[in-house]
Amino acid sequence: MSAAEDVSGDESREFERGTTNSVLHIDDVHKSFAGLHALSDVDLDVREGETHAIIGPNGAGKSTLLNVCVGRLKPDRGAVVFDGHVLTGKSPHEINQLGVARVFQTPEVFPDLSVIENVMVPALSKRDGHFSLNPFKSFAREKTLHSEAESVLESVGLQAHLSSPASSMSRGDKRRLELAMGLIQHPRLLLLDEPTAGMARHDTNATIDLLKKIKEGGMTKVIIEHDMHVVFSLADRISVLAGGRIIAQGTPDEVKNNPKVKEAYLGEEQV
Amino acid sequence: MAAALSKSKDWILFVGFSAVILLLPWILAPIGAGYPDLLQKIAIFGIFAIGFNILFGLTGYLSFGHAAFIGVGSYMSLWSFKLLTMNVLPAMIFSVALAGLFAFAIGYVSLRRSGIYFSILTLAFAQMSYNLAYSVLTPLTNGETGLQTRAIRTNPETSLLDGDIRIIDQALGVQELGVPTTNFFGLSMSGMSGFYFCAILLIICFFIAQRLTNSNFGMMLKAIKSNQNRLNYTGIHTRPYLIAAFVISGMYAGLAGSLMAVTDPIAGAERMQWTASGEVVLMTILGGVGTLIGPVVGASLIKYAEQKVSSWNEGILSSFFDFLPETLQHFMVSVSSLFVGESWHTTLGVLFMVVVIFLPGGLMEGFRRIIERVTGGKKSAKPGAVESGARAPQPAE
Repeated sequence: MSAAEDVSGDESREFERGTTNSVLHIDDVHKSFAGLHALSDVDLDVREGETHAIIGPNGAGKSTLLNVCVGRLKPDRGAVVFDGHVLTGKSPHEINQLGVARVFQTPEVFPDLSVIENVMVPALSKRDGHFSLNPFKSFAREKTLHSEAESVLESVGLQAHLSSPASSMSRGDKRRLELAMGLIQHPRLLLLDEPTAGMARHDTNATIDLLKKIKEGGMTKVIIEHDMHVVFSLADRISVLAGGRIIAQGTPDEVKNNPKVKEAYLGEEQV
Repeated sequence: MAAALSKSKDWILFVGFSAVILLLPWILAPIGAGYPDLLQKIAIFGIFAIGFNILFGLTGYLSFGHAAFIGVGSYMSLWSFKLLTMNVLPAMIFSVALAGLFAFAIGYVSLRRSGIYFSILTLAFAQMSYNLAYSVLTPLTNGETGLQTRAIRTNPETSLLDGDIRIIDQALGVQELGVPTTNFFGLSMSGMSGFYFCAILLIICFFIAQRLTNSNFGMMLKAIKSNQNRLNYTGIHTRPYLIAAFVISGMYAGLAGSLMAVTDPIAGAERMQWTASGEVVLMTILGGVGTLIGPVVGASLIKYAEQKVSSWNEGILSSFFDFLPETLQHFMVSVSSLFVGESWHTTLGVLFMVVVIFLPGGLMEGFRRIIERVTGGKKSAKPGAVESGARAPQPAE
């Protein structure tokens, strides 16, 4: 494949070896919608502890790829393997229980619940599993989880709004709340779908700082992002999707200097 | 501490609720509603509505078929009276268990869908049960006549529908004169003792619902209502939670159905008709969806209207407007008679519209607003009462 050859020789060999310490392994995934190839021949390895950014022009298949990873979409061919578990065919809650948390593009929170409750629900799910029937265990007495949730909310800067309903928050705050909902589960893999889209510049910078802090904690992250500033400040490695294929992969510098990428994506911005 | 605070609030709410229920005969006496028949109905429908609210109020899933479980509970209790004993305890246990089983079966299928499709599925199941009770299941339900307790049969050839056996009572050598009445270890279940029996069960049911609402389980149900899709990506398998909520509310309905048979030992299929399912929806919305007390308030109001407002005829109205000049009196009587007596449903309809349009949180939201007005907006709500309605920002801790 001409597109695949664009990945530099060294990198592709390392890519092969990478499968041994990879957390997420996307193997030859195809997905088409009514004849339109949204993803074809997508192979991708995300290594333990790295921040892997997936970039690409609009309609490149980034969100489709993420949806395949979390079980919302079933690929036509190929498989997604996380930590030795085949995710293909598993439902979203099973995938989350394996340690994959997702932050959505348009913030998805529990609007009727308070901020602290929004964070305690994922914490309960992490602790008690996908179903636990103990109808008399008082929620108000979950003191440990409560203080844990408080400290996570503090880390995203939302400690002032603990008991206000999530529906009353601004869009940017909802995004940070969702990040807290992901973080409290201490996932092995955090999937972030455009975590800073629609944020003001200083909010974006605050989020970058926060994500950098998490990076020091060793959590593996996959970020889909349009904002190059965010991508180049955070990513260890970058995969570039265009037309449903991975056209380049490597460190930020390698990708920046790749002519194919410039043509497909970065060039577009300079026009 | 928030936890300690909410705990004491919960106790105040529980004790207050219990006191009001136990004092209901005196509280309702001034408006002419302090008689056992109505009081029993209020307590029974209160249980039904509290249980319904566990499903509808917490998860947002609107079932239009809960009357089916009322029917199951009533028929099961009657059979317990006919075959085993007039003691109500076994009847209630069997009714709740069987209603739970039915709810599991119906819930398992219906909860594959959500929204309007779920409502239609439950409605279809309930109408199916209703029609079965009238037709194929006549040997179990006695069709249109309804199932009743009878005297002990003397001839083993007699159908069980027309003669009872009451194995346990017979073995214990209980003397029966004619058709015996239901009892709780000797305590008669008619009149005021019947009301107090139902009232205590209502209080127990309220307590359970309150604990449930404040539990981790209740929190998951609220999260389902708020954003079920997000909850799936949070690692929660929502279906078992929904089935559990459906079964619990079905068991509440089974208990209510059983108590209907306890206070008046006859069971007919009309209890399962869709109007009965619709009634509990009205009660819950009128009182306040998602609140603990609201459904009981709604049930009381509708049962009061059904029993009392429906009996206000022109005679009562003209004596009420006696102080007015005669022409005005005639005018007022003819206008207000559109809303009472046989057309009491008009009042209910108007009230329902007013509540839904101006108080989407039901009457409980109205009370909350009044309390806020009176206390200058400092206290946010009746303790723990308003869940979904409590959008007002709470004071910071």
